[in-house]
Amino acid sequence: MNGVHDMGGMHDMGPIEYEKDEPVFHAAWEARLFALRRAMGAWRKWNIDATRYQVEMVPPADYLELSYYARQFVAFLEMLPKSGLVSKAEIENATPDPKQPTATPALTADNAAQLVAKGIPTSRDLPVSARFVVGQQVRARNMHPAGHTRLPRYTRGKRGTIDRDHGVFVFPDTNAHFLGEKPQHVYSVRFSARELWGEQAAAQDSVYVDLWDDYLEPA
Amino acid sequence: MTGDHEHSHSHNHEHQTVPSDFALRVKSLESLLVEKGLVDRAALDALVDAYEHKIGPRNGARVVARAWTDAAYKQRLLTSADAAIAELGYGGMQGEHMVVVENTPKIHNMVVCTLCSCYPWPVLGLPPVWYKSAPYRSRAVLDPRGVLREFGLNLPDDVEVRVWDSTAEVRYLVLPERPRGTEKMSEDELAPLITRDSMVGVAKVTLPHEGGRA
Repeated sequence: MNGVHDMGGMHDMGPIEYEKDEPVFHAAWEARLFALRRAMGAWRKWNIDATRYQVEMVPPADYLELSYYARQFVAFLEMLPKSGLVSKAEIENATPDPKQPTATPALTADNAAQLVAKGIPTSRDLPVSARFVVGQQVRARNMHPAGHTRLPRYTRGKRGTIDRDHGVFVFPDTNAHFLGEKPQHVYSVRFSARELWGEQAAAQDSVYVDLWDDYLEPA
Repeated sequence: MTGDHEHSHSHNHEHQTVPSDFALRVKSLESLLVEKGLVDRAALDALVDAYEHKIGPRNGARVVARAWTDAAYKQRLLTSADAAIAELGYGGMQGEHMVVVENTPKIHNMVVCTLCSCYPWPVLGLPPVWYKSAPYRSRAVLDPRGVLREFGLNLPDDVEVRVWDSTAEVRYLVLPERPRGTEKMSEDELAPLITRDSMVGVAKVTLPHEGGRA
């Protein structure tokens, strides 16, 4: 979706506010929310692309005003009832519905360490052939899907070169909507800064963007 | 999609009530999920502890210090980052697929995620607020040299700037240049010099008396 989350190239967002000796979390609730999202993720009712899409759907004015964790919380409250694990009424009342059975946590302290150490790989060891080769000229497709995509607006229609092939990964545009993983190659595509931004950019500078096969066409 | 979120009332109270409101709301949500048996408090504690105390830029600094002092390791790091980083015991969530890019006197790399806030957790920990913020995300790709000047780094015109936008599940770590004057230092002596910012690519590694931003 062409949302405010797709910020690359925008002006007037203000100065970068640097905090020296910044803490990992600025409040206890940020830490608890961070952990809650991982622990609930262990139920596998959603995936990383679906959670990103949920954050993108935070209304634009709110998205810009809220802090990172506040946005995450707003999105989490929307995601939880969709999972079927908790109802909206339970969240609103902060009380379990006695008619709902209780569960055994999907994530325990023991397997939390395992989750941190192993992560959730999104590469797929599948014999999917690559549509492009390193060194090839490509163009990022001019497309504007209303749903989730990881093709930034500032690259659309622009020409680049395949710099490296990262291998086969889950495709966010379908995965975010639970329409399947559609595994395909992801490439680092080098765009010259002048191709993206015109003459104001330094001639030797470039931006490398990781893009899926479905985002690209031969140039 | 609904627009009438729970936080909407907080707009009337400006920033004052937002933190306390969120604190209360998250707390009651945690209690609910625990009561329902959906989450285990000990697991939450373990996750928070991991990112507050165990996983952070010190990990990345160990990787960089090793690469500076062991040419064979550096080669492995630049060609198969996952395996090389795992040699030092690091890896996992939000660093499942790593690529390391090397700064040289003629090439400066910097990392951003314009679409959200992707960041290599196993080696750098959780990202700072500025990395997740609109000013950095919007301008890092459009005006990297201006952004670097804001961080106090003026790059000469003959240096090539490469910006890496983390749009997929690959996570990038910058291997900064080893500063001159450190030739006799050991891996253990070098590691404390290596800052988070240098591994994101918004700073260089400096010797303490050179007064770079920590």
